[in-house]
Amino acid sequence: MILARLVPAGVVGLILFFLAFPIVVVTVVSFSEATYLTFPPPAFGFRWYEAYFSSPDWLNPTWVSLWVAAAVVVLATSLGTLAALGIARLPKALRIFATGLILSPLIVPGIVVAIGIYYAYSHYGLVGTPIAMVLAHTCLAVPFVVTSVTASLSGIDPRLEQASLSLGATPGATFWQVTLPLIRPGVLVGALFAFITSFDELIVALFISGTGAVTLPRRMWDDLRFQIDPTIAAVSTLTIVLTVILMGAAHLLRKRSAA
Amino acid sequence: MSEIAQPSPIAVPLGSVRPLLRNWRRHVPLLLVAPLLIYMLVLYALPVLAMLLRSLNDPTWTLSHYTALFEDVVFAKTFWITLNTSVTVTLGCLVLGYPVAMGLVRAKTTAPLILVVILLPFWTSVLVRSYAWMVLLGRHGLVNEGLIALGMIDRPIRILNTPLATQIAMIHILLPYMILPIANALRQIDPSLIRAASGLGAMPFMTFRQVILPLSMSGVAAGTLLTFVLALGFYITPAMVGGPRDITLSMLIAQQVDQLNWAYAATLSAVLLVTALVILAVARRLPGVGNAFRMSMR
Repeated sequence: MILARLVPAGVVGLILFFLAFPIVVVTVVSFSEATYLTFPPPAFGFRWYEAYFSSPDWLNPTWVSLWVAAAVVVLATSLGTLAALGIARLPKALRIFATGLILSPLIVPGIVVAIGIYYAYSHYGLVGTPIAMVLAHTCLAVPFVVTSVTASLSGIDPRLEQASLSLGATPGATFWQVTLPLIRPGVLVGALFAFITSFDELIVALFISGTGAVTLPRRMWDDLRFQIDPTIAAVSTLTIVLTVILMGAAHLLRKRSAA
Repeated sequence: MSEIAQPSPIAVPLGSVRPLLRNWRRHVPLLLVAPLLIYMLVLYALPVLAMLLRSLNDPTWTLSHYTALFEDVVFAKTFWITLNTSVTVTLGCLVLGYPVAMGLVRAKTTAPLILVVILLPFWTSVLVRSYAWMVLLGRHGLVNEGLIALGMIDRPIRILNTPLATQIAMIHILLPYMILPIANALRQIDPSLIRAASGLGAMPFMTFRQVILPLSMSGVAAGTLLTFVLALGFYITPAMVGGPRDITLSMLIAQQVDQLNWAYAATLSAVLLVTALVILAVARRLPGVGNAFRMSMR
């Protein structure tokens, strides 16, 4: 193969090593028995996981993050799926405006979104509440739901819906019995993305989580300002495992529905 | 399937279906999109716009916050650092990303493995990846220990909290955004073109320069612009691993908000936002880029 002769496998291997190595190191360090960061660890154990699971300082933010992310999933998935169903049928000018607005959080720099939200939400006394986190994270999660559902909508045969309507089903029955089952993988992928978007989000949380709604990434950030003990490595490993499972599921779902 | 697709003519008189269909087409789409549009306007777009407005109406309507930027030494330095970092990181991603994209496309049995290695860090949060580089690049981190063990240095050198640390970590974080669009473009090249080139006597490098590289340019352009725009807005990574004096635009904005200097923060935000939007607007006009862009956003 010509490509093989151009790029030696060793070069590709080295770059892939560069990509994977930091993640591997964090995972290995999290099982260290040492009280300081050292690699390779002198002995292995679960002491930093025990430290995490026995500390309310870590568990409380974890619960906040999980609850916020769960609420974001419900809100973003329902709003996003509805919008995806309508957006292609809007008049052109409105469609361009709606698409631009809905997808813009992917492009607008995080800091600009974060301080804009902080600026407005603080006027209404929302800063430091879990509700503010849910409201803000939903805006960031919605683009993923809309793109994912739109993609699966574009893949279905319009004749199926037409057939259902012409055979006498109401538009509502057609949606529940024909359209929704067909786009379910896309909705699920969108929901998974929405969860991860909220669960991993830090910049908005830095400004609006205050002291009343400290999320897990916010807690990690605060901790890193003072020390880098291996508890964070344990927390990081747990979040890596969670995101890899969810994103892996999303990836497989999407591949299967595309095939 | 074809049985459902062809409605039998006697099933339902068409007259009762048509008005329903027309109604659905006319009013329902807007009703479906309206909740999200209102949500995004009230809770995201208007807040950001209201904040940006502070750059124009604080204390009265004025452009002075923008004109003042021309003589603002702090802004000039920060803007330069931000651009410089973004260009360096983008070039780094291009140099490292292109070979990996080629490796991914040509691989047969190892392709899933390569994809996992690319996607695994891609799915890990920016915070965790930045933390990983803190662990690696620290004074007693693995990189320093390794260099000492190899005899390349005598005592630990300072890597963490330097611009180099920011660049390494950002390249690591943004690399998948470069690899995936390039791989997409490479995958669409007709293999018979490559076979034809070598069949006609072109050396591998010649084939690469004359056939593969030109045909992958849309992916390269999309990856480069995506990486660059994302790099411009980076905040967490430079704040965590970068030097205390190497402040990026995002960091300066956050700092100004902490000091409740909203007019200045809003002005800087507008500059950052407009820079990103202009680059994207130009990018969309390049042939093939818009398409490659949409693919990689998914």
